[in-house]
Amino acid sequence: MRTHPSLIVCPHCDAVYRRPVLATGQVARCGDCDAVLHRATRLDINGWAALTVAAAILFVLANAFPVISVGLQPFRNDATLWQATASLVHGAWAPLALPALAVAIVAPFAQIALLGWVLAYAWHGRRAPGFRSAMKALDWLRPWSMLDVALLGVAVAAIKLAGMAEVAFGPGLWAMAALIGVTALTAKGDPRWLWEATA
Amino acid sequence: MSSRPRAQRLGMVGCRVCGLVVSAPLQAGRKSFCPRCRAALQPRLAGGLGRAWALWLAALIFYVPANLLPVMDIRVLGGTEHAATILGGVVDLWRDGSYGVASVVFVASVLMPGIKYLALAFLLLTVRFANGWARRARARLYRWIEAAGYWSMLDVLVVGLLVSLVQFQALGEIQPRAGILFFGMSVVLTMLAAQSFDARLIWDGEDAA
Repeated sequence: MRTHPSLIVCPHCDAVYRRPVLATGQVARCGDCDAVLHRATRLDINGWAALTVAAAILFVLANAFPVISVGLQPFRNDATLWQATASLVHGAWAPLALPALAVAIVAPFAQIALLGWVLAYAWHGRRAPGFRSAMKALDWLRPWSMLDVALLGVAVAAIKLAGMAEVAFGPGLWAMAALIGVTALTAKGDPRWLWEATA
Repeated sequence: MSSRPRAQRLGMVGCRVCGLVVSAPLQAGRKSFCPRCRAALQPRLAGGLGRAWALWLAALIFYVPANLLPVMDIRVLGGTEHAATILGGVVDLWRDGSYGVASVVFVASVLMPGIKYLALAFLLLTVRFANGWARRARARLYRWIEAAGYWSMLDVLVVGLLVSLVQFQALGEIQPRAGILFFGMSVVLTMLAAQSFDARLIWDGEDAA
């Protein structure tokens, strides 16, 4: 089997290109099907590492602080993202709670943890133990990590509840919004460059 | 049309996982693996259109009860009980004056799923029977289907959140109902159907056309 590091194949239409040399921030799109071929990331490895650390901190904040509080005077109840999705896990409605938990908390957590793991080693130009599996898992997880959908879900739920109770957003919600912004560049982005950056 | 070379014609494969381009002597019945990431190299996805059709059909079957059955029961403190379907939930939001949110939920949970089924069937049919035209537009349609599937998860999360939040105290009661499970199954199955459709098929047979 021969490999062709100087070539690139469009994942959506199989067209073959010479790997383009891109300036920072440039995006190469396929001339046939318009899919993104290659994105010259604005971030070097330091940037990726910094954003991943930031994501880890924001993830903790988003889960430690309440995202929403619901109540009728004098009772108020603050709910973290975990409480808001996981409280049904033990009941008959686990089939509803488990997927919600998976896409809102477990998948984003796994992405940040795996990315942190491979980046910690890539920092020294090395491949982390289990690098292949981690990269495959990151690729597989991408469509199932739905923090942005969850954020919109919290907003819609708040509006639906506004008719029957007092609803206020908590600091966890702002952490969640920031986390979506940060992971848009890393966990939601394409970490394929790590294959070339490590050996 | 373009005369850009396709990898399969050149006996090459782009790895789906790591992107490495490999010249692979692919033989029927023998699997080759990417030398870099060890993922199976597939010039075209295994299972072909059959798998995508099967998942599409299953998703469609679940989609019927998802829309006919209530997704939750809402009983406001001291008020009446009513069972809400997905469309009913949109109507409620609209009546309350939340026009923006009603529109978002309508688009994400009614309009996009509906169009998505049609669009995926359209892609599966045209790839098989009329593959020579509007390739670029159909490639774009495929990427739209992927995005639409992702945002369709919205309603599952909303119902999950509502039930959990209200459960905490005596605000009234919200109970999930079977409709939301069917809806969730349908969303997941369409995502899998879209993933198992190989968009590269759209460009096959280009030279013959």
